[in-house]
Amino acid sequence: MQGHHNKQTNKLVRKLVVIVLAMFGFGFAMVPLYDVFCDITGLNGKTATEAAQINESGIDTDRTITVQFISRTAKEMPWEFRPEIAEIVVHPGETKIIKFYAKNNTLVDMLGQAVPSVAPGRAANYFKKIECFCFEQQFLSGQEEVWMPLQFYIDAEIPTDVNTLTLSYTLFDISLSDKASQASTPEETAIVES
Amino acid sequence: MTTSTTDMAHDDHGYMATGIKRWLFTTNHKDIGTMYLWFAFIMFLTGGSMAMVIRAELFQPGLQIVNPDFFNQLTTVHGLIMVFGAIMPAFTGLANWMIPMMIGAPDMALPRLNNWSFWILPFAFTILLSSFFLGGAPNFGWTFYAPLSTTYSNGSTAFFVFAVHIMGISSIMGAINVIVTIMNLRAPGMTYMKMPLFVWTFFITAYLLIAVMPVLAGVVTMLLTDTYFGTSFFDASGGGDPVMFQHIFWFFGHPEVYIMILPAFGIVSTTIPTFSRKKLFGYSSMVYATSSIAFLSFIVWAHHMFTTGMPLIGELFFMYCTLLIAVPTGVKVFNWMATMWRGSISFEVPMMFSIAFVILFTIGGFSGLMLAMAPVDFQYHDTYFVVAHFHYVLVTGSLFSIYAAAYYWLPKWTGHMFNETLAKAHFWCSLISVNLLFFPMHFLGLAGMPRRIPDYALQFADFNMWVSIGGFAFGLSQLIFLAVVIKCIRGGEKAPAKPWDGAEGLEWTVPSPAPYHTFSTPPKID
Amino acid sequence: MRSRNLSWLLLGVLFSSSTWAESSINLTEGVTGVSHDVYDLHMLVLYICTVIGLVVFGAMFWSMFFHRKSKGHVAATFHESTKVEILWTVIPIFILLAMAIPATNTLIAIENNDNSELTIQITGSQWKWHYSYFDQDLDYFSVLSTPRAQWDNLSGPGEEKGENYLLEVDKPLVIPINRKVRFLITSDDVIHSWWVPAFAVKQDAVPGFINEAWTNVDEPGVYRGQCAELCGKDHGYMPIVVTALPENEFDAWLKEQKVAAIAAAEAEKASLAERMTMEELMTLGESTYVASCAACHQANGAGFPPSFPALKGSPIALGDVSKHIDIVVNGKSGTGMQAFGKQLTLKQLAAVITYERNAWGNNTGDVVQTADVKAATGK
Repeated sequence: MQGHHNKQTNKLVRKLVVIVLAMFGFGFAMVPLYDVFCDITGLNGKTATEAAQINESGIDTDRTITVQFISRTAKEMPWEFRPEIAEIVVHPGETKIIKFYAKNNTLVDMLGQAVPSVAPGRAANYFKKIECFCFEQQFLSGQEEVWMPLQFYIDAEIPTDVNTLTLSYTLFDISLSDKASQASTPEETAIVES
Repeated sequence: MTTSTTDMAHDDHGYMATGIKRWLFTTNHKDIGTMYLWFAFIMFLTGGSMAMVIRAELFQPGLQIVNPDFFNQLTTVHGLIMVFGAIMPAFTGLANWMIPMMIGAPDMALPRLNNWSFWILPFAFTILLSSFFLGGAPNFGWTFYAPLSTTYSNGSTAFFVFAVHIMGISSIMGAINVIVTIMNLRAPGMTYMKMPLFVWTFFITAYLLIAVMPVLAGVVTMLLTDTYFGTSFFDASGGGDPVMFQHIFWFFGHPEVYIMILPAFGIVSTTIPTFSRKKLFGYSSMVYATSSIAFLSFIVWAHHMFTTGMPLIGELFFMYCTLLIAVPTGVKVFNWMATMWRGSISFEVPMMFSIAFVILFTIGGFSGLMLAMAPVDFQYHDTYFVVAHFHYVLVTGSLFSIYAAAYYWLPKWTGHMFNETLAKAHFWCSLISVNLLFFPMHFLGLAGMPRRIPDYALQFADFNMWVSIGGFAFGLSQLIFLAVVIKCIRGGEKAPAKPWDGAEGLEWTVPSPAPYHTFSTPPKID
Repeated sequence: MRSRNLSWLLLGVLFSSSTWAESSINLTEGVTGVSHDVYDLHMLVLYICTVIGLVVFGAMFWSMFFHRKSKGHVAATFHESTKVEILWTVIPIFILLAMAIPATNTLIAIENNDNSELTIQITGSQWKWHYSYFDQDLDYFSVLSTPRAQWDNLSGPGEEKGENYLLEVDKPLVIPINRKVRFLITSDDVIHSWWVPAFAVKQDAVPGFINEAWTNVDEPGVYRGQCAELCGKDHGYMPIVVTALPENEFDAWLKEQKVAAIAAAEAEKASLAERMTMEELMTLGESTYVASCAACHQANGAGFPPSFPALKGSPIALGDVSKHIDIVVNGKSGTGMQAFGKQLTLKQLAAVITYERNAWGNNTGDVVQTADVKAATGK
């Protein structure tokens, strides 16, 4: 055996271990990379999580786009949640305000978070929110109700073959945002739930 | 059994211990290879018996034997065991046994690491299987899509994640060992382009392993933290995306598919020339084709995800890249065909398995080509058509190639010829039953039967019954193989150093059975 | 031996191309323009594969038969030919192009979701589908209607299986023919996949995100499909049924449904004043329980712990009534327990809670009335 501890072997092993570690890191790096990729391509229909600037590029009055609003509550979320109107026709560049109604149907205080999604996904980047209740968490005490504003415009650069755009909000219950406390002990969950 | 061992530099593998200690502490590549192969076969029978229960449940419509949740546990663990416990360790076992002998090396480059990478495997599978008795095994499919495997899991996620971590570490160590061995321990004169194709395919596979197994480790770690530590990588309510899980998983998963088939290419590229008594046609194009398949495997992953709502441009890109894989794969099949063309063919058992491999793997390749067509994949996706496809590739592909390899080298390993009548019985029973088992699955899938269901509509009943009968027959046929191997170890006709007259390669220059230590002094290659 | 195997395999390949077309072992042609295109593509690739298979396997079997050692054939020595190798690299590329071009066109058609006349929101949850007609105030759940006695044969032969076994639902999705219908697909819990083979539509339902798909059906009829993505225990028990009606019948149906919805709302209000007897509550409670709860908590209340806890002897069912009402109406986050307040009427909720508190030896004697549910939750 020509010395498996020789320098050459060690060097090669070290290189390979570096590749392994780099690829392990790459697995995690795919998370931000995916987000960047989605931002560019609108892959998953996620919209920006930060407010857009007020539109200054003018209104394209030659085109109209139908914007549909869908409100959903996650299945364990007992709130009422709906937009004031189901759809609206806008010109690209035109700023509109739509209000969403939310009511906490329970008797206890709860924290909600609305997560937006746009279909078709490639239009997501052209849906600009100047003000949105989805930028922050919503706190409602028992039986409290609220009208929440969404101020938006459609970027005039939006591809010409997009004529209908659907914005969906899913409202999640994040009162117990530390998920660990619920999931880790099945026995405990069983007692509480049953 | 031993050649001159006194001149060995390191006494830890300078002698052969006896009894259990020999196997526990061995650093000998042949011992470790043997253990890998036996482990793989035991796991194959374990995963296979789960498949038997699955097929028994699906024998007729209605729930007869198991409840739907346990059914999901069976399909999940069947998949995990066959992929990580049977096919991959079997290939690692072959690599351990044959690579040093084929390149004229005395052993693997990192023998102690080799011992480790084997011995952590039984622990991984003990953890995985113990979950059956500790609140339920993983029931979210071997692809463990979030959030079914996180928020909605049955509490088995931790077992699953730790088991996969250990399997991953084992594979990575094995792969590092293969790479270092091939790069540093080739006998003088054995240039890269003189290496047997078998060695080449394992070399490329090892690189794929160290590239993607860490990604698998990463994604299961995220799964773990999402389930138990409140992170939201894959949870929309916390700003994550469940589809991202599939992107990361299949970034591992698609190369993984090639990890399980490239070594098979290497095996049949060894056996077909032997029994055609003719050199392998297009050796260098085989090397390039293997490399390009490996490269393409990194840019086609999302063809598993056409229905997840990708934008058109993404669907087109992944469809084109996937179709492209047909080119190097076609080259391989044509080369095997050309190797046989105008050869002097005889039909020993390894050759029979190899020919069956080429034909049935190609059928699996055809259904793969059909699946690559994104618009049609909307119909095929997640149906039995896919189940048929990957079983043609993995059972009549990878598994048949492993059988070909086992029959090809059994005389070298044991020093005895195997019982040819029994082996032929094994082949014919397997060939007929495997087609009865998997071919009608194409029809089931096209007719609209989704995969991973414990019960089905009545129009699928007839084919499912045939499939189940084929399944039971195929399962039983594998016991014949066990009988052949045990008989062959215990005795039989003495094998010469080179039992196959058309065979080439360094492994045939040493006596049969191969001495405990071979090539302590490197052979000379011209 | 070998030649028999040859004919057997060839038979399989030939069989694949000639006789499949009409029978149920082949892909359905479907009832939409897209599904016809998809079917044509499928047949195109199948024929191409068959021809390539015949050539390659034919050559292999030829050499297996004529170039065998036992016939005294001596091996040739060639082992490479650049010309041939280039040829069989280039020809497949052209074949692939011939496949890729029509596939691209079909894909572009599939992904064009614009200009629809009707939008339907489809939401999957464990293990039912929910359909909501956009801007029409009409929505309902669609659940498997095959009785458990037909499919659960674990403890006996069970009932005879019906014609549409496992492919039937209580309320199918209704759509018009000859109109472009757009689906917005999402999920409430895990990933599901909405698949109707006759439309060639299969789209994943991803929690928190919406996916689009569309169809335009040519012929009226009833079309059946299933959930295609593993979604947990009852993945095999969430079928999809779509009824396609002629346009005028659809419009009439839609009107009818709206009238019915108003009536149901009034009945709900009226039920507040109603006092039901224990017997009535238990009867309605049992049927509601079997339909909505038994999938997880089992008909005998034993559940599948730890994911789905037992109700028999459970501290919730035996303890404080208002807590029990709260968990049924509002669900429990982070678990599979849904907020049934959205799915059941007040009357059903009252009945099912009464049932859970008095069945399987949970003999609390509590009677929960519609008004109690209303009061406890403010629903």
